[in-house]
Amino acid sequence: MIRIAWLVAKKDLRIEARSRVLLWQVVPFGAMALLLTGLALGPAHAGNSSAGPGLFYLVMLFVALLMINRSQVLESTPGTRASIATLGLDPAGVFLGKTLALCVELWVTGLVLLAGTVLVLHTALHGAFLALPSVLVTLGALAAAGTLYGAMTAGGEGAATLLPVLCLPAFAPLLIAGERAFSAALTHGGLWEWWVIVVVALVAYVGVGILLYGVLEES
Amino acid sequence: MTPSPVVHLRGAVALSSGFPLLSGVDLDLEAASLNVITGANGAGKTSLLRLLAGLLALSSGEAEVCGVDLTNGDLRQLRRRVGWLGHEGSFYADLTVRENLRFCALALGRPTDEIDAVLARVGLSSRVDTITKKLSAGQRRRLGLAWLLLRRAELWLLDEPYASLDDQGRTFFDALLADVINAGATVVLSAHDPLRATTLRPRTIGLVGGRVREVAP
Repeated sequence: MIRIAWLVAKKDLRIEARSRVLLWQVVPFGAMALLLTGLALGPAHAGNSSAGPGLFYLVMLFVALLMINRSQVLESTPGTRASIATLGLDPAGVFLGKTLALCVELWVTGLVLLAGTVLVLHTALHGAFLALPSVLVTLGALAAAGTLYGAMTAGGEGAATLLPVLCLPAFAPLLIAGERAFSAALTHGGLWEWWVIVVVALVAYVGVGILLYGVLEES
Repeated sequence: MTPSPVVHLRGAVALSSGFPLLSGVDLDLEAASLNVITGANGAGKTSLLRLLAGLLALSSGEAEVCGVDLTNGDLRQLRRRVGWLGHEGSFYADLTVRENLRFCALALGRPTDEIDAVLARVGLSSRVDTITKKLSAGQRRRLGLAWLLLRRAELWLLDEPYASLDDQGRTFFDALLADVINAGATVVLSAHDPLRATTLRPRTIGLVGGRVREVAP
């Protein structure tokens, strides 16, 4: 399982590095969306905004949906899908590999956008630094949940539009917990209860993915 | 004792959203044989190949492929023993020729040092570091053959393999098929026109409406 996971993750990251979709399309989209949210707040609020964590995760949601869809499209070309299926890969390994690759991509984008919240929304640099571990774990949980839901819609009719509808209810608790942990880091408040939610969600989604990814692929 | 067939289908039915893709196929295919499935568009050629690959669920009837029962057998094990070449292209477009084959070899736990020999055999040695989406249709077909050779598949399932080949490509392809059949593999390919399909002497299976209408010889 670990061998296949590593193989799939390396393959996905190599494709991403070569196609540069993340660099030239997703990151600029996220940066523009963050800038627009700052403009929407207006100069009176953007300079002293407590909305930074929420807006950061709102933009990360858009970015994550784009990346999840892209991660599944790589496998969904009809010929590729059949060829890869006949390799008989361990589905748990495929799930872990795709989750790992998506996680790395979300981390890269998240770091850029976190810097963006400091620059554009004037979020305190020290607070953003303290929030970094919770951001990384939350994005990891989003990657695991996204890979699972992405497999549900992959290759289906209207997959690109069905994915957000399915993902939003699953992502909502994660986004709320991530935002609360980020806010707590800014205000030096209690972090632990939100950390617990995010970590439990990460473990739960990875566990469910390992168990069910094969069933989803087959269906 | 008569060897058991590689493919044994009796009344095989496959459905998609209630629509019959295959509506009662009876078929036996022997090991080390070449078989061409013919039929009009929608006759069920690709569906039959997908069923044999374990990629399409059997709804009713009996089906055994490479000794694996399609009703309750281990389909993942079956898939590792068959090789599939679809007409849409079967690779990751943003990986190079070598990277695609390396992924295949490592996924199957095969040594990667056979890649160069396999590429030389299909005439792609000069394209080893070319990104797959930059290959011509004929070169992609050759890469597909390299993929199958590397896999050492027992059952080759080829969907319209002659579609984008010129005369030279067809001749090369026929020679390669003759070699793998002599080595013991069974080949099943789909084609619109059996006469133009191959210069080899295959068994022809005519499909009409998801059923086998004729088998010759």
